[in-house]
Amino acid sequence: MTVRNQLTRKNRLVMAILVSIFIVYNFIIYTQGTSNNTPKMSELALQGEKLYQENNCTACHQFYGLGGYLGPDLTNIISDEKKGPMYVKAFLNSGVKTMPKFNFTEEEKESIVHFLTEIDQCGYYPIKGAENKVTGWVNMKYKNQ
Amino acid sequence: MKNISFTFLILALLALIVGAVFGTMAGIQYIKPDFLKDVIAFNKMRPLHVSSVIGWIILSATGGIYYYLTTVLKLKLFSKKLARTHLFIFIVCSIAIYYSFFTGKMGGREYLAYAPIISVPILVGWILFGINFFKTVVQQIKAWPVYLWMWGTGIIFMLYHFSEAHLWIIPHFRENFIRDISVQWKSYGSFVGSWNMLVYGTAIFLMSRIKNDENVARGKKVFFFYFLGLSNLMLGWAHHTYFIPTQPWVRYLAYGVSMTEWIILISIIIGWKRSLSKEKIKLNHTSYKFLLATDFWVFVNLFVALLISIPYINLFSHGTHITVAHSMGTTIGINTTILLASVFYIVNLEANKHLKSFEKLINAGYWLFNISLGIFWVCLLLAGVEKSIWLHFTDNPSSFGEMQNKIVPYMYVFLGAGFSLLLGILMITFPLLGGISYKLSD
Repeated sequence: MTVRNQLTRKNRLVMAILVSIFIVYNFIIYTQGTSNNTPKMSELALQGEKLYQENNCTACHQFYGLGGYLGPDLTNIISDEKKGPMYVKAFLNSGVKTMPKFNFTEEEKESIVHFLTEIDQCGYYPIKGAENKVTGWVNMKYKNQ
Repeated sequence: MKNISFTFLILALLALIVGAVFGTMAGIQYIKPDFLKDVIAFNKMRPLHVSSVIGWIILSATGGIYYYLTTVLKLKLFSKKLARTHLFIFIVCSIAIYYSFFTGKMGGREYLAYAPIISVPILVGWILFGINFFKTVVQQIKAWPVYLWMWGTGIIFMLYHFSEAHLWIIPHFRENFIRDISVQWKSYGSFVGSWNMLVYGTAIFLMSRIKNDENVARGKKVFFFYFLGLSNLMLGWAHHTYFIPTQPWVRYLAYGVSMTEWIILISIIIGWKRSLSKEKIKLNHTSYKFLLATDFWVFVNLFVALLISIPYINLFSHGTHITVAHSMGTTIGINTTILLASVFYIVNLEANKHLKSFEKLINAGYWLFNISLGIFWVCLLLAGVEKSIWLHFTDNPSSFGEMQNKIVPYMYVFLGAGFSLLLGILMITFPLLGGISYKLSD
């Protein structure tokens, strides 16, 4: 057997091991790894999420710092003392600055507020009061945990 | 077969130009919110830019792989019909994606903001590409060099992670927001890793060809780095989501794996460059120059990538323009320079005389491209630092709008750099488009 063929056999073995790990890892991620104490999203919140997606709000806004940068992060906008549900509703159809001029009905606004409220209950962003370790690690405070 | 490769490359170069134009217009909207707001608001402009640039990466890598398999490696393609169907599907999907954005019928998921139904034919296209690739290579090459492994795994993992990005359709994911957003960003991190497999595989293929030494793509060291990269693709995604309340072990593992990132490619490039003779460089001068630019951009992005993968630093950089600098630095600085090197290599083989007549223009475009990208990248880092101070180091933060106003000076310079980057891209791509079109009509 040539050196090249031996290497190919070894490579196949490494690949088989990695793929096996990957399959188990994915199964865990899809279940226990992403488990949390947040309640299942309500039907109304899912309708709000649908509107959020159809209007591609993520082009400008973020959750947990993930998304576009033209608008503010919305993770905790509902529990923010200076903002809250009424502020969000007032903003939705305002068309101020880069915000497109939407024409959401009252029911649609309500569902978007519900969506944002249920996200707010999942966690905090930005993270305040994190405890840093010498290893570069950060311990954070979670909601519901 | 060359016609199919050339059509992929022409579409890719057009996507790059269109992506750069939309990117520049999005930059104007950052400063002048009313610019084209009623025609193409930012919620459409940004996905038009992002999807076009992703199109550039995918189409140019694909066109290159078809060309290299059939013309350079001289393999008999399993099925030209499959390749033609693959091309046809991707053309139809590209039109459908633009239609989706212009008419506002969007799916609204980051990076895949088009109507989700378009993902079905895209997936079929990847399956056809996979069948054609494996049927062609498995039957004709026994001991694969690393670039074939990279292309093969790039296709397979792209199929998997592209599908994974649509798991939100299933209630088990959609109804649990934390699971949904975690799996969403897991899939994005890994499908970027998958296209990187296609692109970096192309880089190693080019190095082995320019040096005319197949050992560049063989041996234990090369495969060690390949498997390390693959482990990163599979397990290293969670540094994008350190602050989502998933189980802590997911993040511990990601932190460990992420630290190995980037060292992989740079080590191979350095080893290759040191042993390259000047004669061979002359023959492929422009391709070599672009790979040198890759070398530089890998270095600077390596530094930022490693820093922001450390959770304590990530705490302050996450959600700011520093992340954008990282993603744009890698997409433009690394992926685009490798893919331009690939297109130059092909056009140099096919229409050398045509390229020679544009040497000065290409050289000027090359420098404009790299210098503009440098300014562009620094502006994003500075804007990111400003936003981070606002987010984390201000006791009584001003409004988001006021913070945005503060970063406007950086954004003006960023926009200027964006314009000259676009000009540099035009100066580089027009001679390439001319060369390929000439061969296509020949």
